[in-house]
Amino acid sequence: MDLKRTVLYEQHRAAGAKLVPFAGFEMPLQYSGVLEEHRCVRSRAGLFDVSHMGEIEVRGTDALAFIQRLTTNDASRLTEGRVQYSAMCNGDGGIIDDLLVYHMGSHFMLVVNAGNIATNLAWMRRQLEGDVDLVDASDATALIAVQGPESRSILRHLTTADVESLPYYHSIRGTVAGTDLLISRTGYTGEVGFELYFPAEKKSAETLWNSLLDAGKDAGLRPAGLGARDTLRLEMGFCLYGNDIDHTTNPLEAGLGWITKLGKGAFIGSETLAAVKARGPERKLVGLRLDGKNVPRKGYPITAEGREIGTVTSGGFSPTLERGIGMGYIPKAIAVAGKPVQVAIRGNNCEAEIVSLPFVTSRPQV
Amino acid sequence: MNVPENLRYTKDHEWILIDGKTGTIGITDYAQEELGDIVFVELPGQGTKITAGETFGTIEAVKAVSDLVAPVSGTVESVNTDLEGTPELVNQDPYGKGWMLKVTLSGQPDQASLLDQGAYRKHVGK
Repeated sequence: MDLKRTVLYEQHRAAGAKLVPFAGFEMPLQYSGVLEEHRCVRSRAGLFDVSHMGEIEVRGTDALAFIQRLTTNDASRLTEGRVQYSAMCNGDGGIIDDLLVYHMGSHFMLVVNAGNIATNLAWMRRQLEGDVDLVDASDATALIAVQGPESRSILRHLTTADVESLPYYHSIRGTVAGTDLLISRTGYTGEVGFELYFPAEKKSAETLWNSLLDAGKDAGLRPAGLGARDTLRLEMGFCLYGNDIDHTTNPLEAGLGWITKLGKGAFIGSETLAAVKARGPERKLVGLRLDGKNVPRKGYPITAEGREIGTVTSGGFSPTLERGIGMGYIPKAIAVAGKPVQVAIRGNNCEAEIVSLPFVTSRPQV
Repeated sequence: MNVPENLRYTKDHEWILIDGKTGTIGITDYAQEELGDIVFVELPGQGTKITAGETFGTIEAVKAVSDLVAPVSGTVESVNTDLEGTPELVNQDPYGKGWMLKVTLSGQPDQASLLDQGAYRKHVGK
């Protein structure tokens, strides 16, 4: 299958990015190096092309009822401009995808993982009821994320929109570098940041990308790739679909109880999830912190008293903590901070500390 | 991509400089580029015997881990202890300050399994 390219592909090539296949796209993994890009986002700001993400519009008079039935969070609480993190589950409470729900005034926009666009659409079409119209706007929509403590001041140079007082998980329309777009106070890094949605048109995308880099030059803004995006989200304990959550995991065991609103009325998966909640989940997604040169990786066994109790779902080197960190599901009785567990790294059982998430303290909402 | 003429290479991307009975071992420029930021290098101690074709250590990069495979058999004479605190030397100078081991060769190295500059370039397709 041919890989898709985003409208910023040539900018990435020109910047010397290492491009890799990801979810059917040829995406920048890194420009100067993951460590440098990661630290740049934590201390200054980074610019990400995340145009691979999917955007599905839900229109029609029954759009809200449809979203309420398909997602775990309570979308009735949204007002125009507000954004909500949510999940879509199957009848067994397994996660089909995690997503953002935008209230766009006249309709809703669901932002989904690139690798799940087709599956989501197929699932959603099977659940259609009443006056609901689904539009796959993924190919027509580009997405740039500006993340980091300097992101707000950088954006302020380029727009008259009130980015200064835009609260976390809110969005407004505005013009940035001549492009009319949706400015969203969201991100996947744990830093103050913005995500900019706009029509996938090469020329305006390039103008926007380069204007942002210019405006952010003095503040230290640099392009950052998927490598840094992954280490940044892992430090925050954010779940990655396909690693930490999938159709075999439910939101309660994944630590996503806060987006599972069982009181809002029935939704797909709610019966199973209510039963899970009543008896308590059997396992829990925990954070693991290791010492020395021990770096946990996806797929490594987690053990306790010589017995395998789980598997690392995401792992790697934390540039901020300068040690190995990971996440994985382990039985609830053992999932307590301070209980001794180990990660089997190439045959050696290495001590791992169970820690509460996030690994790194950050305040993206400030 | 830098592939010095005076070195020999393995298909697993290690290099060796053979000088009499001593071999100096590291990983290639291509390997460090592919691995990305290297954060830990796990090497055997002085006196350890290593065997051609077998794992002698590991390299942890931010995004992946990789085995180090011995290009020759021999005994570890010295280890680059600078990599303990500054593993990024492997990224910055893979054929110089990023060297890993010096070994005393046991017998003649199997030249057939080692690639020269041209063969290594061909192997990595560059």
